[in-house]
Amino acid sequence: MSHLSEEQLVLHYYADGESYAAVETHLSECEICRQQFETLRLELDAIESPVPERGPEYGAEVWRRLEARLPERRVRARFSWLPVWAPAVAVATLVVMAFLAGNWYERSKAPKEFARGGGRVAERILVIAVGDHLDRSQMVLAEIANATPGSGPVDITEERQLAHDLLGENRLYRQTATRTGDAGVASVLDDLERVLVEIANSPDRVSSAEFQVIRNRIESQGLLFKVRVMGSRLRANPPPPAAPNKVL
Amino acid sequence: MQDSDAAVIAQALEGDRDAFRVLVERHSRAVFRLAFRITGNESDAEDVVQESFLRAWRQLHRYEARAGFGTWMYRIASNYALDLVRARRRRPSEEIVEGTLAFASNGPLPDRLAFSGELRRRLETVMATLTPQERLAFTLRHMEGQSIEEIGAVLGTAANATKNSIFRAVQKLRKGLGPAVGATQ
Repeated sequence: MSHLSEEQLVLHYYADGESYAAVETHLSECEICRQQFETLRLELDAIESPVPERGPEYGAEVWRRLEARLPERRVRARFSWLPVWAPAVAVATLVVMAFLAGNWYERSKAPKEFARGGGRVAERILVIAVGDHLDRSQMVLAEIANATPGSGPVDITEERQLAHDLLGENRLYRQTATRTGDAGVASVLDDLERVLVEIANSPDRVSSAEFQVIRNRIESQGLLFKVRVMGSRLRANPPPPAAPNKVL
Repeated sequence: MQDSDAAVIAQALEGDRDAFRVLVERHSRAVFRLAFRITGNESDAEDVVQESFLRAWRQLHRYEARAGFGTWMYRIASNYALDLVRARRRRPSEEIVEGTLAFASNGPLPDRLAFSGELRRRLETVMATLTPQERLAFTLRHMEGQSIEEIGAVLGTAANATKNSIFRAVQKLRKGLGPAVGATQ
């Protein structure tokens, strides 16, 4: 009579084997297997896992902390004839225009001290807007990078829409960064734009292979990391606020 | 009568936060338990709970009713928790918190505490040698008492592969812990 393998014994311990009764019979007849099973049982029984208790009110506590962090789900009712990205691009356009106007004003008519202040305010607003844009882009990239798709098609409707929303802003900010000579920001925005285009132009449901291609693109360029670092840098070092005007 | 998860999810997909609140309240304790068993400390486990529900809210459109909502949450939470564990290993200076696992012992209390402290450290070391899949499969089967089918749904593996992961984990644990385990009894 052949003995039970270690795998059969482990399966039997968890009652996951396909022939529970047959193994039981064998154990009752075979001293060697019975001893081995007893050793295994003692070892596994000895591993326990105490977990700190959480009471019935725990769910409500989790909700209290979570609620403020939940973004709104998209509900498109009014102005649904407008593309969803239109408001974001409009705001981005205003920010860029304010920045360009500030720069132009600085170079032309205003007294120097005042003009420097005006330019800095515009620059500060732009930096904050780009930082916010990078934060939102990071969320889209993270959703894809951290997703756990099964073997079937993957629904990326939400990410695709967000990528679409972000694309218009991204172009404006990239062009502005290029024009003002901020090569670092322009380069990250350029890399980001390529991936946003790819996501935005994908169908709502992609095959797992197509999904993996998008994910590889994000990972191979280290894009998530670059976007995160650039966003942190902008938040940590915004241009200083304008000093009080001395000359008017 | 309580609405089923499926009915509540349909409302949450329409943007109904109160519906999502129901899901959070129903599943938080289970997610915390799993998160604690994987990360080994309360602070990380709380972080996993928050982040997992945040991700669930964002990805709710991706949820497929074939698996239960609880299973889906386990999948999200275990992925995030395993990421945290990996990140912690990359930061060796950070305090290593004990407590994920312990050995049961019938000895006198002081001996038991000293012994279980030492073994707990050893067990943590051995657990760290398991692949994420083995660690998760073992945790779900041994600690949570989940069925092979449920674990397969979390891992995205077939029954045989799931059983194999559990077996490999047990094998590594036995090899790594050696005869010390038997001495606890």
